[in-house]
Amino acid sequence: MDQKVIAGAPPTTSSGDLAVEIVGMHKWFGEFHVLRDINLTVRRGERIVVCGPSGSGKSTMIRCINRLEEHQKGRIIVDGIELTSDLKRIDEIRREVGMVFQHFNLFPHLTVLENCTLAPIWVRKMPREEAEKTAMHFLTRVKIPEQAHKYPGQLSGGQQQRVAIARALCMHPKIMLFDEPTSALDPEMVKEVLDTMVQLAEDGMTMLVVTHEMGFARQVAHRVVFMDAGQIVEVNRPDEFFAHPKHERTKLFLSQILH
Amino acid sequence: MAGASIKEMDPEHGVAYVREAPIEALPPPASERGALGWLRANFFATPLDAALSVVLLLLLAWIVPPLLDFLLFNAVWTGKDREACLVGPDRPEVGACWAFVRDRFAYFIYGSYPVAERWRVDIFFAMLAIGIVWLLKLNAPRRDLGAFYFFVIVPIVSYILLNGSEMLGLRRVDTAVWGGMLVTIVVAWVGIVVSLPAGILLALGRRSRMPAVKLFSVIFIEFVRGVPLITVLFMASVMLPLFVPEQWSPDKLLRALVGIALFASAYMAEVVRAGLQAIPKGQYEGAMAVGLSYSQMMRLIILPQALRVTIPNIVNSYIALFKDTTLVFIVGIFDFLKAIEAARIDPIWSTPVTSTTGYAFAAIVYFILCYLMSAYAKNMEARLAVADKR
Repeated sequence: MDQKVIAGAPPTTSSGDLAVEIVGMHKWFGEFHVLRDINLTVRRGERIVVCGPSGSGKSTMIRCINRLEEHQKGRIIVDGIELTSDLKRIDEIRREVGMVFQHFNLFPHLTVLENCTLAPIWVRKMPREEAEKTAMHFLTRVKIPEQAHKYPGQLSGGQQQRVAIARALCMHPKIMLFDEPTSALDPEMVKEVLDTMVQLAEDGMTMLVVTHEMGFARQVAHRVVFMDAGQIVEVNRPDEFFAHPKHERTKLFLSQILH
Repeated sequence: MAGASIKEMDPEHGVAYVREAPIEALPPPASERGALGWLRANFFATPLDAALSVVLLLLLAWIVPPLLDFLLFNAVWTGKDREACLVGPDRPEVGACWAFVRDRFAYFIYGSYPVAERWRVDIFFAMLAIGIVWLLKLNAPRRDLGAFYFFVIVPIVSYILLNGSEMLGLRRVDTAVWGGMLVTIVVAWVGIVVSLPAGILLALGRRSRMPAVKLFSVIFIEFVRGVPLITVLFMASVMLPLFVPEQWSPDKLLRALVGIALFASAYMAEVVRAGLQAIPKGQYEGAMAVGLSYSQMMRLIILPQALRVTIPNIVNSYIALFKDTTLVFIVGIFDFLKAIEAARIDPIWSTPVTSTTGYAFAAIVYFILCYLMSAYAKNMEARLAVADKR
């Protein structure tokens, strides 16, 4: 992959316009303390890559942002709305936050097009025709308009993941969460998905990406967040992060994955 | 790969191995083909197989000829009363007395439903048949309308039709005179129509996060499943009148219907729950992440997939339910089996073969109906297997 860094400085701090704000957040699975005192703010248009060893809590953290996991302590504010157990607010937030999963989670009984139009029609109450137009627009953007009438099971992993991205985009989300989007793919399909994500980044989407693709982080991220044992250990600009990691744990991690 | 190893050894070539021409596909050896090959593969593959085949063949030779003699060759097809089916000088052996079945056929179908009003039952059967075909034929048009017709229109119309309504000038027919196949179909159909939606609700309730809903579902399902159907029927027909004042006491058939519906719902709930459990967690997460509400998620994503994989099991419980309907005769309801039971002791047709004939007829009818259901389920399974390969 070419390592050209996407132009555009991170949005300025002064805007004060935050997409996601996590303050002193803790989470437990039973007795197990998975997330410990997480503090992270994401500005509009900012792209953040979260990395760390498996079991470090990075997936759990981004799943808390659209309440697929419930946090027990601290605050999460998404697009100005604080996440509480109020179902209305959760629905409101989920409408604005798109998510892409490791295993795609497409709906196998619906066609690609139906996968993309379902939420706009039922959640946004969009007329079917308009929803289909939007869906075709985004399917074209992820370069698979010709697969619109097939079922997910007929597509390759890379194509399925691109459909999943299009499905999320059809809701016109303000924030996109990616939970290891390329980890379940065959090696030759990773690039097509990463290219789609780079394209999304170029359009200025606010993105939180959990990934092991360090090339992608270098190219796209404004900031890299490194997590270990449920804690944020280091946050830095990608060039600094890769060239001069500060924390011992970060150095060890990078030495293991960048041979 | 003898050729390969020779070439591999060849010092002159210096390469490991390269195929020069593809190998043409050849037919299998003669012993694997044709009728002989088929027999060998299916019946005489091993000595044990051969022995089993011979034993089964002998068993069939022992059972089938006398059965055919009884059912067909020695059977009596016409006659007006018992005289036709008695052993006489011109008839040394008497098989099944089909004359009796033909004579009593209308009774088996309608029970004591007034003869002048039986057209109403015929319309009911026809409406039901249309609904069933509409719903079961996968490529039929507007199957959503079909479901509405089957689950809403048919119940209302047939209630008015069968029961009668003074307003529409239809004579009232008390359920006490309903009988035969009519009652069997009504009981089975009510069980089928009620148990699927009720079972879905109970299954969702059992997986609910709300403790009260969950507790109610679990108690209901486990209690009803832990009690034999006969007990449920006795409860419905003997205990229910104790709780409600006499003039409110519902009709005997209705009480049995309620009992059967409760029983079938509890079993259906477990069948549906198994289907729900087969749906991966990612489907729930995918649905939630795009912003669907709980009811939308269930209706649009989870249930369509869960019910698809459970269709064979659903039909299986319908078959069980259909056969269980025969138990209603214990609380004094005249179903198909009970109608045969009543007819066979009628002195007009009292012969040594009447009872056997009646039961044989019942067995054949139940077998055909159940087999149709199971054949449909099998066909459905095959279609699903194809769909899953997509």
